[in-house]
Amino acid sequence: MKIAIASGKGGTGKTTVATAFAQALSRMEYSVSLVDCDVEAPNAHIFIQPILDQFEDVNVLIPSVDADSCTGCGLCAEVCQFHAIVVIGGKTLVFPEMCHGCGSCTLVCPEQAISEIPNRLGVLEGGLSQEGIRFGQGILDIGEPMAVPVISKLKKWQNLMDAEIVVIDSPPGASCPVVESLRGADYIILVTEPTPFGLHDLRQAYQVTQVLGIPAGIIINRDGIGDTGVDQYSAEVGIDILMRIPLERKIGQGIAQGKSLLEVKPEYEKYFQQLYLQIGEALSSGNNL
Amino acid sequence: MKQLVILSGKGGTGKTSVAAAFADLLSLENAPFKTVLADADVDASNLELVLMPSVVEREEFWGGSVAEIDSDNCSACGICAEVCRFDAVSVKDDVYTVDPIACDGCAACVYQCPNEAISMKEQLAGEWYRSESRYGPLFHAMLIPAQENSGKLVTLVKQQARLLALDEAYDLVLVDGPPGIGCPVISAVSGANLALIVAEPTASGVHDMHRVLETTRHFGVEALICINKADIYLDGTNKIEEYCRKENIRMVGKIPFDLMVTESMIHGKPVTSYQPESPASLAIRDVWTEVMKAIKDQEL
Repeated sequence: MKIAIASGKGGTGKTTVATAFAQALSRMEYSVSLVDCDVEAPNAHIFIQPILDQFEDVNVLIPSVDADSCTGCGLCAEVCQFHAIVVIGGKTLVFPEMCHGCGSCTLVCPEQAISEIPNRLGVLEGGLSQEGIRFGQGILDIGEPMAVPVISKLKKWQNLMDAEIVVIDSPPGASCPVVESLRGADYIILVTEPTPFGLHDLRQAYQVTQVLGIPAGIIINRDGIGDTGVDQYSAEVGIDILMRIPLERKIGQGIAQGKSLLEVKPEYEKYFQQLYLQIGEALSSGNNL
Repeated sequence: MKQLVILSGKGGTGKTSVAAAFADLLSLENAPFKTVLADADVDASNLELVLMPSVVEREEFWGGSVAEIDSDNCSACGICAEVCRFDAVSVKDDVYTVDPIACDGCAACVYQCPNEAISMKEQLAGEWYRSESRYGPLFHAMLIPAQENSGKLVTLVKQQARLLALDEAYDLVLVDGPPGIGCPVISAVSGANLALIVAEPTASGVHDMHRVLETTRHFGVEALICINKADIYLDGTNKIEEYCRKENIRMVGKIPFDLMVTESMIHGKPVTSYQPESPASLAIRDVWTEVMKAIKDQEL
């Protein structure tokens, strides 16, 4: 089963939930992998301390133009949807950071003057945690705009997706990197905080789960800090509230130090194990929790 | 005209609360700059929830396009699926279809289809707004959930804010940035004179602060740092201060954890206006003074 953790708003506790969930499930004797898809700001490694011993670059193939065979006809520039290849004064220029690596220019070039060369966007890192969680993360290189190719390669990397339980830590927001992270999940846990910001962004994230057609439930983090808007909204649209993690100085301080939720509050091991069983039963019966 | 962008790397460190308080302080009499506001977090645009603006202009945002196969002209040759590098074309019983969510919009299939059976369909990806608030004009946007091109929409929102600033002689554009370091952040940073990074003294916050600092450095934008919730973990705060000293980065203040920040958000007001004497408000005011000085210094 693949369970993704998402949020809309940043800093609501996605990584806290994802790491605690993965740890709790690995103690149930399942094979568990944790995949950190927040390639712009990957933090799950801090809490589960894996030994990273596998590395692989993520490249997209970008065009390289052989000036001798290029006639400057401009067909490549015409088909490129991203203005990554242009012809100026009969010379063809490539802008690597704009290129999506689709290969269209190479295919249409009548002179076969375009070949493809790898352009690095980031790196994948993997390894095992002490508790035996298979861990993988993507790290987007500084200055590179495109997170999606790093996420999509991460999700196909090694055998991360073959574990009995795959926990995916998604980036914040509601656009393409989030969609790429959530695609293919069986269930999505939306982590929010009970504030107007949390509610606004929860709505966005919930709509993403609906576009993807994946069932979802809510974990309210820092319960007690704000208002009742999230409770009202979840009742209105009929999403289950799966768990509430209270606003407690002890939890905040522990997480700040890089301790996982289970280290700070061992009772959550049991809560997350129960939650997993509930999700499994609900999915097999097709009902809400 | 100057452009100040507020960033963090990690989400939820308090960018928007700080931006809203800055908007409030900049709207007061004798403020050093006449300011236009821009919310560059189009995935999760929260500045409006605190500034309570009224929308005066609303425009559609048409983002990228996705491929669509006309089954009447399709000969099921399969070339589209072969050339697609985004696993967006699938086939079932010899019927080829494009998954609009997976489609990157590259149009490679359109140009390779021998039957001209594929066309690109433009997607309505969101809306952008020009609004008026008691803190000044605000440009903001809403990306339709699961749509692409948030970077483009950020660029559009900022362009509109700059145009108004130029037309009506405003001298500062204050940009509330998105989390992360990728495409929308790069759009938010582009053209900025100064970045204020709202850091958090947590293990994750410090890790992501480094990444966003590398990003501003990469694009040659000077960055200042303030620490929010500075008292929740003093070791983290010390670490950030030490790093700033070592790297010669200007630290412009520490904001304590203060529940008044959440309470003011619930009341739809910047904390400096809702509770001007609260610990967070006083600290943000000091940060603001330092940042305004830094912008002035740049003019010299």
